[in-house]
Amino acid sequence: MNVPIPASKWRVSDEMTAATKSSKTTESSSNIEGLTGDAAIARALKQCDIDVLSAYPITPQTIIVEDYQRFFADGEVKTKVIPVESEHSAMSACIGASAAGARVATTSASAGLALMWEVLYCASGLRLPIVLAVANRALSAPINIHNDWSDSYGARDSGFIQMYCQSCQEAYDTTIMSFKIAENHSVLLPAMVCIDGFILSHNVEHVELLPDEVVRDFIGIRDPAQVLDPDKPITIGPICFTDYYFEVKEQQDRAMKEVFRVYKEVESEFEKISGRSYGIYETYRTKDADIVLLTHSSPAGTAKAVVDALRDRGERVGLLRLKLFRPFPAAEIGKELASAKAVAVFEKCLSFGAAANPLALEVRTALYEQPKRPLVTDFVIGLGGRDVPPTVIVEGYNKTKQYLEKGKAPFYETLGVRK
Amino acid sequence: MSVKLKDMIQSPQIMSSGHRMCAGCAAPPIIKIMGFALRGPTIICNATGCLEVATTIYPQTAWRIPWIHVAFENVAAVASGIVEGINAMKEKGRYKHEHVDVIAIGGDGGTFDIGFGSLSGALERGHDFVYMVYDNGAYQNTGIQRSGATLPGQETTTSWAGKAEPGKRERKKPIAEIVAAHRIPYVATVDPFHYRDFITKFRKALEVEGPAFIHAFSPCPRGWRSESSKSMELAKLAVETGIHPLYEIINGDEYIMSAPSKNLTELKPVDEYMKLQGQFKHLFSPQWEDFRKQVQEQVTADWERLKKKCGIA
Repeated sequence: MNVPIPASKWRVSDEMTAATKSSKTTESSSNIEGLTGDAAIARALKQCDIDVLSAYPITPQTIIVEDYQRFFADGEVKTKVIPVESEHSAMSACIGASAAGARVATTSASAGLALMWEVLYCASGLRLPIVLAVANRALSAPINIHNDWSDSYGARDSGFIQMYCQSCQEAYDTTIMSFKIAENHSVLLPAMVCIDGFILSHNVEHVELLPDEVVRDFIGIRDPAQVLDPDKPITIGPICFTDYYFEVKEQQDRAMKEVFRVYKEVESEFEKISGRSYGIYETYRTKDADIVLLTHSSPAGTAKAVVDALRDRGERVGLLRLKLFRPFPAAEIGKELASAKAVAVFEKCLSFGAAANPLALEVRTALYEQPKRPLVTDFVIGLGGRDVPPTVIVEGYNKTKQYLEKGKAPFYETLGVRK
Repeated sequence: MSVKLKDMIQSPQIMSSGHRMCAGCAAPPIIKIMGFALRGPTIICNATGCLEVATTIYPQTAWRIPWIHVAFENVAAVASGIVEGINAMKEKGRYKHEHVDVIAIGGDGGTFDIGFGSLSGALERGHDFVYMVYDNGAYQNTGIQRSGATLPGQETTTSWAGKAEPGKRERKKPIAEIVAAHRIPYVATVDPFHYRDFITKFRKALEVEGPAFIHAFSPCPRGWRSESSKSMELAKLAVETGIHPLYEIINGDEYIMSAPSKNLTELKPVDEYMKLQGQFKHLFSPQWEDFRKQVQEQVTADWERLKKKCGIA
């Protein structure tokens, strides 16, 4: 079943991880450092000159706050860092500060994100552009500190924008862009910047940092739409009953749809200052592909290596690497994948009792209206940080091929687990 | 204090009429009295509860000053975010007000129970804000369920008086002293009947640097099954019977008995307080005679302990 692939082919080359480098780039004063995903996010937050960072320790996001507290201790930032007593209070303090007009951020993972659950919905319902960096980690029980996507996938309906990063560079870039997207007056929604716990959060990669003033000019100072202002008193967070609640949610949904446009605008501006762009999703060798692998975050890097290896063997395979999960770009992905015969989804989350798992549910819906609807397979991989070697991706590919011949696939299956 | 009380009560009211609080509820007068103590631009954070629900039914609001509600258990955390957000913007030179007072308000459920972790954390971090609990002795907003502030013998919908039970059996959390144990600069208990004492203390709470805590006693005719016209009488009796003595705690250990309590020659029997309320009615049956006595003994013992702490023989 498992196609042996030489180790040399597993290695993800720079070409695969680096974002499209525009030829127009002005590479004048850029500066490259070796940073973990967490450290890269901390550096981005520092350059974004946030007013408040309110966070509680949880592995594997802790380095972000540790680094930031170091900047504070050395007098490098004017941020007020609030070392709250819980993640629930972390998000609550962010909400208060954001409602007062400040630019704010927090970070969390796993159980911490779960404890924040209630107030995630408050942040989005109050339309506060808070940035939340998530180092994706499995949920208890059993307790586990390693990576999967159960935490932020669980919060997929919370009204947060969700962006998943594949490299430390992308984590840095996305954190900077996230403020500009979230604070845009057509959006005004909180945003999660997600990286795979340990795999990215603790792995050192080359990160090209932008000069402080370039970031400052890029994101500017927050221009809040409504604030708690003693000169112009307003009531924020009133009770809305049957007569208005639904309209509030309708507006929130509409704002979420604006993200596609705003993301593209912000990214094209970002490309001008950095030469880098990622897109709401990225396609890799999909043009003539019969089978398209679909995933995001760190497995996408592995999948790119698998695509190359399989292509060498004459297989017509490609990859769609998703960046934006909320809002889900269903229409674009539907069109993008319409000509494929099958789409193999790989996801690090199990939605107990569901017809399929979160990512595949979205993909199947996106493809349902296509005239020649591709077969969709759903492979749950890597729960609790279980390694996802190329062989697992190849196994999923081979299974998809077989199902395609049979014309039928199970709703989902797990790979890389003792059964 | 340089500001005169008679000038303070001329200040504009922070909450309009027309809100939907129950007739006789003491929370609106508490807010009115609190409003007189304000000294400048102020932001209110309100935990989920009666006050929040009944004053801000969208698209209307009774609040004339900036006000925010987020959730039930996090009002102290929300306030700490506002304080620090403003501090950061001030330091960066992009905040127009020289100073803004931040007040967090929660009911007893949101303070004694579900919001206690958030409160304790905010106190430990030392943000400059005032937290006020309006304590009506139960989760009145959700339909009169017992809380950590419910008195022994009080009947609620989760501590029924029945053939085998006298209502709640457990004592009430001494929240003011628990809060004072954080060694914050200022803690005071207040009562809407003694509004002068209330205004003076609230102003002090605003003026100290760092966190201050105000424990306001708030009669609830709906939950207590009392006449709506008797709320201020009940507020007065709470002080006279020692159910809610008035005192201040400075820096965690300096206790000062306030005049309305200090001037009492002796406590009135708790029975006088209980008799005006349907929620204690069962305690006057022979079956709960002993239990009622125990409640009285506990209140008396707490009073004696407090007197000692305040240096009153």
